[in-house]
Amino acid sequence: MASIAYLQQVASQVRRDIIRQVAAVASGHPGGSLGCTDFLVALYFEIMQNNPSFYMEGKGEDLFFLSNGHISPAWYSVLARRGYFEVSELATFRKLNSRLQGHPATHEGLPGIRVASGSLGQGISVAIGAALAKKMDNDAHFIYCLTGDGELQEGQIWEAVMFAAHNKVDNLIVTVDWNGQQIDGSNDKVLSLGDLPLKWKSFGWEVLILENGNDIQSIIDALHQAKLLSGKGKPVVILMKTEMGFGVDFMMGTHKWHGSAPNAEQTANALSQLEETLGDYPL
Amino acid sequence: MSNKIINTGNRATREGFGEALAELGRTNKNVVALCADLLGSLNMQTFIAENPDRFVQVGIAEANMMGIAAGLAIGGKIPFTGTFANFSTGRVYDQIRQSIAYSDKNVKICASHAGLTLGEDGATHQILEDIGMMKMLPGMTVINPCDFNQTKAATLAIADFHGPVYLRFGRPSWPNFTSVDSFEIGKALLLQEGTDVSIFATGHLVWTALEAAQEVAALGIRCEVINIHTIKPLDNQAILDSVSKTKCVVSCEEHQRNGGLGDSIAQLLSQKMPVPQEYIAVIDSFGESGKPNDLLEKYGLGKKDIIAAIQNVIKRK
Repeated sequence: MASIAYLQQVASQVRRDIIRQVAAVASGHPGGSLGCTDFLVALYFEIMQNNPSFYMEGKGEDLFFLSNGHISPAWYSVLARRGYFEVSELATFRKLNSRLQGHPATHEGLPGIRVASGSLGQGISVAIGAALAKKMDNDAHFIYCLTGDGELQEGQIWEAVMFAAHNKVDNLIVTVDWNGQQIDGSNDKVLSLGDLPLKWKSFGWEVLILENGNDIQSIIDALHQAKLLSGKGKPVVILMKTEMGFGVDFMMGTHKWHGSAPNAEQTANALSQLEETLGDYPL
Repeated sequence: MSNKIINTGNRATREGFGEALAELGRTNKNVVALCADLLGSLNMQTFIAENPDRFVQVGIAEANMMGIAAGLAIGGKIPFTGTFANFSTGRVYDQIRQSIAYSDKNVKICASHAGLTLGEDGATHQILEDIGMMKMLPGMTVINPCDFNQTKAATLAIADFHGPVYLRFGRPSWPNFTSVDSFEIGKALLLQEGTDVSIFATGHLVWTALEAAQEVAALGIRCEVINIHTIKPLDNQAILDSVSKTKCVVSCEEHQRNGGLGDSIAQLLSQKMPVPQEYIAVIDSFGESGKPNDLLEKYGLGKKDIIAAIQNVIKRK
């Protein structure tokens, strides 16, 4: 079991990787990536039984699906730092001939990615399919899935949510990145999600609310609790409150950095706030 | 009809799908069936009765069905999704594009009730654009069998083929005339040899094309009738070999002219062997309620339309 201090060091480096990936190509989505960093680090470095010697079927291990594919810089960094591929490859993010596409894809064979995502609302469905395959194979491992909150405006999400409850897909743990923001503003301004905990509960899910999704210990505790609730006939959702842009002061508290890259000065400012703990990859 | 080709009795193509799926349930433990509240229409009952643990009822939620199929494929399963062709394509195009085609998932999209011959339900359900949509997706194999036997053979064959497949079949009872061992993915089926015109037909219109060829034989016109069941990848060689002999083409399909089989053939021939071509297809129109054969006639897909096209295209040589 990794120490919290070590996981925080990993998270700091992942945040540097996010800023440096996005800044290098002046394109990408830093806000949600920074907000979900602690979750992805906790999941990949502490919670999941996963195999960085990647193979697609993933029998005998836990699997993760990223539905909100635009936070790819965070996922790529976590996968690289976890050993799925060379950290140096992060320098190719969003460039021609790269395996690190703007949104995650399997097409170029990047280890760790099992399905493309980016067009929103599809990840929970795919995760359900993978969860059903595990049940058919009597494989007791878990399927994890992360979605955005704005993404919950897609109708397919609720098809999947209804299905998972009806079919007792109880080896599935979904986490919602509940930062309250989307491209055009706050969720409440664009299209209110209403009483989100009650919605999931009324669909038949076990609902956990994680008040601080940027605190690694709290995330680990919530994921352990989710695992304890699993296997009892209900899928589990963690509604995880995060701060978009967490770790970089001028990116927090606004939706402005959802899909915008920092300029050179902003990049220097951001990096000055994030300790280099595991070594930057060469640009 | 020629001596070799005999209708052994009308049966629906979707029944061929159901029989093959049941067979796959017994022979291939990785095959999983999914359905969006149309299991009777898709003839899935036998598979479900024999393999309840390998059947997934998703309800009226086709987008979710496509995603679940992609996830099952990740886990090494061979998912067969079943619903009407309309709900198998247009309704879920983005799900197929991102989660299945772009992600190279081994999903078999099995689509019944395609085309005008769906009949009385009308244009909301009579999809005539599905071949075009599916053949545009990189990596997607597109198969439109012509009868019960061929649909059964195709269903069995795609289970052993790795990659996403769109399998299109229909609702009505229809002549059954191909031999069960004559199907091979990507290989055109020569049904009748001739030298005056090449008729390339797919789906239900193959039988109509054979009837038209029989009728014009009395006028001394020798038609070569080739069944293109696999629209993508197209059997380029079979088409070029036939056209090099006949020098003109009639394409026949229960689909829009835009984006269908005829367009695929024209694309090939325009580059390799330009010749006159007539299209038997629906021309930029939705369908309507009616009996299958009445609809085919009204929309220019009847036997007399094919005969007229044969005569016209030969004049244009």
